[in-house]
Amino acid sequence: MKHWLASTALALCLALPAVAQDTDPNAKPGGEIVLTYKDDVATLDPAIGYDWQNWSMIKSLFDGLMDYYPGTTELRPGLAESYTISEDGLVFTFKLRPGVKFHNGREMTAEDVKYSLDRVTNPATQSPGAGFFASIAGFENAGEGGLSGVKVVDPSTVEITLSRPDATFLHVMALNFSYVVPKEAVEEWGEDFGKHPVGTGAYSLEDWTIGQRLTFRKNPDYWISGIPYLDAIHVEVGQEPVVALLRLQNGEVDIPGDGIPPAKFAEVMGDPEQAARVVEGGQLHTGYITMNVTQPPFDKVEVRRAVNMALNKDRIIQIINGRAVPANQPLPPSMPGYAKDYAGYSFDPEGAKTLLAEAGYADGFETELYVMNTDPNPRIAQAIQQDLAAIGITASLQNLAQANVIEAGGAGQAPMVWSGGMGWIADFPDPSNFYGPTLGCAGAADGGWNWAKYCNAEVDALAVKADSFTDPADPERLKLWSEIYVKIMEDAPWAPVFNEQRYTMKSPRMGGADALYVDPVSIPINYDYVYVTE
Amino acid sequence: MAVYLLRRLGQAVLILLGVSFITFILLYVLPADPVRQIAGRAATAQTVENIRQQLGLDQPFIVQYGRYLANLARGDLGRSYLQKTDVAELIRSRLPATLLLMAAGIFAELLIGLTLGVIAALWRGRALDQGLMVTSFVAVSAPQFVIGLLLLYVFAVKLGWFPIGGYGTFAHLVLPALTLGILGSGWYSRMMRSSMIEALRADYTRTARAKGLGRLRVILRHALPNAILPIVAMIGIDIGIFMGGIVVVESVFGWPGMGQLAWQAIQRVDIPIIMGVTLVSATAIVLGNLLADLIAPMIDPRIRLR
Repeated sequence: MKHWLASTALALCLALPAVAQDTDPNAKPGGEIVLTYKDDVATLDPAIGYDWQNWSMIKSLFDGLMDYYPGTTELRPGLAESYTISEDGLVFTFKLRPGVKFHNGREMTAEDVKYSLDRVTNPATQSPGAGFFASIAGFENAGEGGLSGVKVVDPSTVEITLSRPDATFLHVMALNFSYVVPKEAVEEWGEDFGKHPVGTGAYSLEDWTIGQRLTFRKNPDYWISGIPYLDAIHVEVGQEPVVALLRLQNGEVDIPGDGIPPAKFAEVMGDPEQAARVVEGGQLHTGYITMNVTQPPFDKVEVRRAVNMALNKDRIIQIINGRAVPANQPLPPSMPGYAKDYAGYSFDPEGAKTLLAEAGYADGFETELYVMNTDPNPRIAQAIQQDLAAIGITASLQNLAQANVIEAGGAGQAPMVWSGGMGWIADFPDPSNFYGPTLGCAGAADGGWNWAKYCNAEVDALAVKADSFTDPADPERLKLWSEIYVKIMEDAPWAPVFNEQRYTMKSPRMGGADALYVDPVSIPINYDYVYVTE
Repeated sequence: MAVYLLRRLGQAVLILLGVSFITFILLYVLPADPVRQIAGRAATAQTVENIRQQLGLDQPFIVQYGRYLANLARGDLGRSYLQKTDVAELIRSRLPATLLLMAAGIFAELLIGLTLGVIAALWRGRALDQGLMVTSFVAVSAPQFVIGLLLLYVFAVKLGWFPIGGYGTFAHLVLPALTLGILGSGWYSRMMRSSMIEALRADYTRTARAKGLGRLRVILRHALPNAILPIVAMIGIDIGIFMGGIVVVESVFGWPGMGQLAWQAIQRVDIPIIMGVTLVSATAIVLGNLLADLIAPMIDPRIRLR
């Protein structure tokens, strides 16, 4: 084993002092803010929570070995002070930061790291994120005995051995599911740990009235000095987005967690005073239509390309108040590996008709488009339906609840699925995250998330190659991923439609860089680094 | 009376058993897999099967249902798949809010509905009557969402008399209760109007008037008690309507009741919560009807319980 000094490692070494310095000189500590959500917060257990609401709450309650610079997709060390990677890319040795304490006052050690990884991969935990750890040696036999690939070298050193090189591993170590939990608290609360979370994070949970509100209190002993700025965050749940906006306008709410409701968007953006408090940013999201490549008529690539050419994406974007940019490939533009030079299929109904005729469908055909039944998805599906009708394809809409659409897509019953509302926002900022479950052969199995049932062995082999790099940010690797997605677009199992932009509204007193309010990782906002100006 | 009560309670248990069976079978045949929802998109086929086994969802229907009933008999409603909390605890934390809102809503709709109904009956055929009946028709047809937001906007945002949604004080209760009250009052005012008109025409009213009693006394002592009788039965049925319709109002006013819990659970096939909420609601409806039947003879001695 030797020190590994590729670009990332260097950046990380330089980054160490920066962790202490990335505090904002203009920030004033203190103050409390109010956030609202419509849906209840489910669990705050990092091994289980996988929602829009609890994702960044968990990020503020717990920490992982790795982390991201606030407001960016750039990795930095978290609970690990430094790390080394063996030459073959299989052994990661993490040196833990000394003196980090859990909210219960006990110091965090390497044993806790091992316990947490053993726990999340133990099938008894039922973690939706267990699959992310599949590259750790011993994952197949994970259970009560723990992972054989995770070893405690000494109280401040953890050694993790992989069964295959995995470029995304450092991202996985920054993922919520890998966050470190204290064994004694998990054992004390058992299945209710998610309601009584204890972590090392910038905030601790002070109070939780189920179905009403949660209060997060500043952790005065947080290991990044000066962070967080806020004394407390109050989250009120069960609030309709329209009502949350009214309360914001009335000065009662600082951040409406569900964003600006579609019906109010034009009104807000038309008022200069309110529009000035809206932060716009990209997010790691793509909205797409899947076409089941295993069944006629979508088994013919001409038909799938024709669908890509039939879509008037600009018009579809108008339906969501222009809150998106047209997409021509699976990756969103803010994702590393996005193919900037790729032109994609342009809007060309006549060309699409010609392609259909070549495929033997000169008179079109009838099919079904599955769509989740919450606004704006049925309206988007109607626009898609009209575009398809213009080239002779008659698509009937199947408006169903989310779970039913997922089921139909997974079972291969749905010829076409509009992905909107199914939550396909990247788990971590790496191009591989859009491939495996949704476009790779593994996800094409019955019940998988690859609803196009697309499986190209050549592309799968390239993906394995791309993920065998040790440095996730290696330009060669990112180039390879660009090529993979361009190849996929030639086969056209998807018709990418748009990348949604994020619009976060805040009260006049909220301070901090705009990037914190459209943080690509901490959604909706980075609670640790925002502050209030009064 | 005791025999009657026992028989009715026995019937109630049978009804609840039927409700649980039908709901369970509907959720069983539903083309949506709760295990997929729990396992997430990164899950391997092995993880999915593992979770299915742990939850016992790989068992045949009759085994699953039998287990559910056995747990139910012990008072165990199960654990939410996605919230990872005891369903009983989730319902317990939300039931008081729903019951409070329901009581306040029924009070508001009776107050508004009965008053308007009586006024309309007394001024039958005049402009006032027709105006009130048109208004009540609009109230019955208006979407709860619209009425709720309208009240919220005018009385909370613009006038600042009440808080903008939330839960806790009497002030928080007024607008959601009023929303339910306005919507429900439409039915009650129409019922009350026709019932009152009938009572005013009845022989006993004529007799009372012939005795030389004052107009007010005739209305309050003779016509009103008789006219109100059919309304009482309606309140029992109304509890069922409330259980279904309260979802929207709870959502508009951020009221932490059971409606919101049910709505979220349905979206994500959280079967234990759906079952729990359905059973609790069904219990409320059955008890509501029973209560209405028990009250009826107290108001009208002609009715006998058998």
